[in-house]
Amino acid sequence: MTGAAQLETALDVLCPMHLVLSETGKVVHAGPTVQKLQPDSSLVGCGFLDVFDLKRPRTITTMAQLRHTAGTKLHLQLRAPPHTEIKGVLMPAPEPGHSILNLSFGISVVDAVTDFALTSADFAATDLTVEMLYLVEAKSAAMDASRKLNLRLQGARIAAEEQAFTDTLTGLKNRRAMDHVLARHVEWGTRFGLMQVDLDWFKAVNDTLGHAAGDYVLQNVARIMVEETRESDTVARVGGDEFVIILPYANGARVLENIGCRIIDQLSRPMKFQGEDCQISASIGIAFFDPQSPTSVAEIMDDADVALYASKNSGRATQTIYHPSLRNRPLPGAESDPPKVEAQS
Amino acid sequence: MHGLINRAIQSFVVDSYGLETWVEATRIANLGFVEFESMLTYGDEVTPDVLNAVSNALDRDRNEVMEDIGTYLVSNPNVEALRRLLRFGGVNFVEFLHSLDDLPDRARLAVSDLNLPQIELREHAHGHFSLVCKSSIGGYGHVMMGVLRAMADDYGVLAVLEHEGSDEEGETISITLIETEFAEGRSFDLGARAL
Repeated sequence: MTGAAQLETALDVLCPMHLVLSETGKVVHAGPTVQKLQPDSSLVGCGFLDVFDLKRPRTITTMAQLRHTAGTKLHLQLRAPPHTEIKGVLMPAPEPGHSILNLSFGISVVDAVTDFALTSADFAATDLTVEMLYLVEAKSAAMDASRKLNLRLQGARIAAEEQAFTDTLTGLKNRRAMDHVLARHVEWGTRFGLMQVDLDWFKAVNDTLGHAAGDYVLQNVARIMVEETRESDTVARVGGDEFVIILPYANGARVLENIGCRIIDQLSRPMKFQGEDCQISASIGIAFFDPQSPTSVAEIMDDADVALYASKNSGRATQTIYHPSLRNRPLPGAESDPPKVEAQS
Repeated sequence: MHGLINRAIQSFVVDSYGLETWVEATRIANLGFVEFESMLTYGDEVTPDVLNAVSNALDRDRNEVMEDIGTYLVSNPNVEALRRLLRFGGVNFVEFLHSLDDLPDRARLAVSDLNLPQIELREHAHGHFSLVCKSSIGGYGHVMMGVLRAMADDYGVLAVLEHEGSDEEGETISITLIETEFAEGRSFDLGARAL
């Protein structure tokens, strides 16, 4: 075996992606793996720069210039599809005028193994390509599992948040949610009406017909309040039989009074639970939040509360709009007997 | 123990015997939940409890069940990703056997907190090996038996495997290669991703 042939045999094993180039830039010998880049015809005899486009260093157009790059990194691209990007480094060969060019896929290896149907045997035993492919696959599998976990956790978080803001019995917003909504309206500078709604004689239903009846009534009450208000309004259950309704952009007392009137009317109709009549009604106190006025939301809540007590005192099943004079009246009276229904407006 | 391992046991039971059997096993093991998360870590006591519960629910010997888990991990299409990762270990079965020494390190490269038991391959004569498994979970050797059996099939190799019991070193499996080109084997395409 000649020295050159011996070298080629050694290089085929050590660097299966090497090329030996002649003085004029013709391929004299191609390693077994680099030959797979041009599967239909032999690389031997082709002009190196006809098969590969030299991307960097850019200015080189002749083999003589290329020989001067010895030892530096070359960026190449296959001229034929799939235009794979390849890295290379060239050194002079023992044969005068010849050069040895070793190639590698670099980061494009993941696509290259598919494009050129490469197997483990196409890479030198010392080449880390197969390990890299292993890592790429292992990491994708691990990432995929992590992504699925994240999606499930995200779903659980949304559900928990939803639950944290919802009154589970009625599906209405709870007090926490109400505080959020109020804060948002204040932030936006929305004028809104606030209704404090207290059920009348609810305790009697609970005591005489039991909690199941009480729960049934509360669910009905919630449904009615949602039906009688607009989409943009917020209905919250803030206590056992206490509710708050926030009505943004409610223009004037008239609109709120109409809504309140309808709610009281509806709630005062007996609800049938397992053949028994559940008779309740509601007392309502109304106040308005005006972003222009210095009065705080907490004060507005208190105003609505004062108005609510006025309604309770005036015989229940009534609604009252807050007025400062209400604060001067003497407070309570005892809970009276079930009503002769009268919804005032 | 890492969720991936517990999840593998879950997948094995669900894919092979159905969801009901798995739910029954979680009840016997007193898990309090039915779904393992692959990417979370669970207490070390959970895995042996679950293995016992599965063997209980199936009314089968625990070692047998563990060998089936090993076979499942390599041969079931639902866990094809794992077979592919194992096949990266070598171009033939003998090379694959030698790669087993690195298995825990390979696993850690992929998932840094996944600690697989140490295994050590010893070559006694041409075609005759033994594999020593040092695991905190009794019966891990049987899982490896299942894995090796299925991988031998995968490479198209005829091999005789025998569990030789355990001593203070761990569990030992003897491996005798009868024929290295026994059958065609399954193809392994470097570029085809399981995902």
